[in-house]
Amino acid sequence: MLSRTASELYWMSRHLERAENMARMLDVAWNLSLIPFAATVEDEVAAPLKITGTLDRYIARYDTVQINNVMHFFSLDEENPGSIYNCIRSARENAHAVRGRITSEVWESINATWIELQNIRRYGLIAMGASAFMDWVKERSHLFRGAAYGTMIRNDAFRFIRIGTFIERADNTARILDVKHQIHAGQGNSAVDYYRWNALLRSVGAYEAYRELYTDRVTAEQIAEMLIFRAEVPRSLRSCVEMLAELLPAVEGEAGLDAKRLVAVQFSRLQYGDIHHVFDIGLHEYLTDFLRRINELADTIQSAYLELV
Amino acid sequence: MIKAGSPPPGGYDEMFSAPGAAQPHYAAYWRWLEGVSMDTVERKRKEADLLFHRVGITFNVYGAEEGTERLIPFDSVPRIIPASEWTLLERGLLQRVRAMNLFLHDIYHEQEILRAGRVPADQVLANAHYQPCMQGIDLPNEVYAHIAGVDLIRNSDGDYYVLEDNLRTPSGVSYMIENRRMMMRLYPELFARHRVAPVDHYPALLHEMLEQSCHVTHPCVVLLTPGRYNSAYFEHAFLARQMGIELVEGADLFTRNGIVYMRTTAGPQQVDVIYRRIDDDFLDPLAFNPDSMLGVPGLLSAYREGNVVLANAMGTGVADDKSIYPYVPDMIRFYLDEEPILKNVPTWLCRNPDDLNHVLANLDELVVKEVHGAGGYGMLIGPASTREQIARFREQLLAAPENYIAQPTLSLSTCPVFVEQGIAPRHVDLRPFVLSGREVRLVPGGLTRVAMKEGSLVVNSSQGGGTKDTWVLEDGAC
Repeated sequence: MLSRTASELYWMSRHLERAENMARMLDVAWNLSLIPFAATVEDEVAAPLKITGTLDRYIARYDTVQINNVMHFFSLDEENPGSIYNCIRSARENAHAVRGRITSEVWESINATWIELQNIRRYGLIAMGASAFMDWVKERSHLFRGAAYGTMIRNDAFRFIRIGTFIERADNTARILDVKHQIHAGQGNSAVDYYRWNALLRSVGAYEAYRELYTDRVTAEQIAEMLIFRAEVPRSLRSCVEMLAELLPAVEGEAGLDAKRLVAVQFSRLQYGDIHHVFDIGLHEYLTDFLRRINELADTIQSAYLELV
Repeated sequence: MIKAGSPPPGGYDEMFSAPGAAQPHYAAYWRWLEGVSMDTVERKRKEADLLFHRVGITFNVYGAEEGTERLIPFDSVPRIIPASEWTLLERGLLQRVRAMNLFLHDIYHEQEILRAGRVPADQVLANAHYQPCMQGIDLPNEVYAHIAGVDLIRNSDGDYYVLEDNLRTPSGVSYMIENRRMMMRLYPELFARHRVAPVDHYPALLHEMLEQSCHVTHPCVVLLTPGRYNSAYFEHAFLARQMGIELVEGADLFTRNGIVYMRTTAGPQQVDVIYRRIDDDFLDPLAFNPDSMLGVPGLLSAYREGNVVLANAMGTGVADDKSIYPYVPDMIRFYLDEEPILKNVPTWLCRNPDDLNHVLANLDELVVKEVHGAGGYGMLIGPASTREQIARFREQLLAAPENYIAQPTLSLSTCPVFVEQGIAPRHVDLRPFVLSGREVRLVPGGLTRVAMKEGSLVVNSSQGGGTKDTWVLEDGAC
């Protein structure tokens, strides 16, 4: 398939996945802001800024970290390139550029999302309700994924859509875990911990999964283990990389040897990894290293398949 | 509500022959219309708008903010053509396009028609759209205009006239197909009452024709688009998808040793046929416009070596130029030894002093068009213009008379459209699409464009025109 087409498809799904992850993160920040832990709320509200590395840009626009501003900044703010609004706009532009290569159902799901989003923006987040908005974003993302999964031929177009999804998701899970762990480290208030760890689980849609896999109380080690190593959890690093390790070798042609090798190496590190080892070297250090590797993989995919020259 | 339609005074209406009297081929539709409530029509109209938006059947507007997308107004009263009329139109269209392809082959080879004095040589050879680089190049099947869109109108005398030929990159065929799909979705019951000839197989015919247009057995065919901000991008994506071919932009292609390749995730892949929706001037920055970001450097020399087929060929613009138009009937006589089946509109060429004098004396009655204009821009409709507009146009005309032609103001036929209070007549034209491969074919139908403003004669979508579904009835159905 055309490199440009592959690139548009890859970025289309990355942008949509990013919008969904953003919605999950905001949902949690919003809910935590409603629970009165005077001393710690600010950290939670600021977490999305730290996770996405946008604290400086935010401060330049709003001065203080305050929940309503943070919500607006990440949802409908046109000035923030990482807002849900801009992610969906970019995804729709990517889709528009290759609408000949996606099924009409996939195209319509994205196009309808964009049309509705413009309406939502006209009336503002308050009018719709923050939780309702986040639910809507998640639903639209599910719809896109369902349409893609249910109607697209299993060819390279489909593979590049999936590759974009899992690169973005792996990056996001690692960032959330890293930032949340730093906020929580060293605090011993069990009631606060309870809400915070649960919030983290909810932000990666893994609350029910944790309850099913670990019957005892929530601990930092177990959460880290689940989100890094457990194959059953769809947003864990291992699941994401496993999908990439399945998808990349199936892409036609000889162009991507480097990418195929990198993903195989990374997959075996996760497949045969050990949480005790992770905590020995430090979770933050481990995740920083993971982020570097996943971004190296993304760069390699970019240069092997997606660039025109 | 006003359902009692009537032809406009002195005009020809597609549906009504006299007040309240439907023509025979509209009889069944008229019976249905009399029984349907305006609420239903309004509800269906909203449904159609929503669907068109959702599906993204839009066009981009030049001059507006980049990426502005608008819907082309769609009217759900069909334009119906009886089988007997279509048979004649079809024969006339095939004849006309055949002759124009012969003309193009001739002027890029022996130039017999010029030597015979039937078309003035300078009109062809000094024409801005004549491509000297095409001289002596042999094309597969000797076809130049693989896809032709012929604009027809019906005058108050009830006869069809060819208003214009489009042999470069005619567009609009996607609306022909989408309008039909929309009508079948909105009003399935109408299709049970009429035997409407299908048009949905157009992309299949087009694909077959493109594959036949080169000598390779299983050629790699692509559609070359200027990109997503082009006004017809929807159509490019639509046709590529329907044919199952790659939709490429200039940057996706490159040439090496006279071969055209596209850049794919699996490396370079050779391209055999390019259905291009980019004008000649932008195709190859090395040969034509050096600023073009849309084209492919080296494409022209690959083309001249015969390693790739362009559809349409380069240099077809010389045959659909408005200054060549008056000679088309003569081409038919010259090459086919037949009398033209379709009429031409009488045309004055302002480059001829006698014609110019006539035009200047009658500006308030004539339609004056730029020879190279398109899309309804740069024209004067005498009877609909103010004195100042005419005076200003006169100056433009005198400054460069060779740039203009003039025609009598024809009263385009009308067809009813739904308006708030019921139905009302609006002017329409018709653009069928003719495909030339090893044989010349067309699907029964075309794009009917309609001027949505009362009394307006401008049907172009860039000027607020709308579209209708066009029904060619099969024999025995009326």
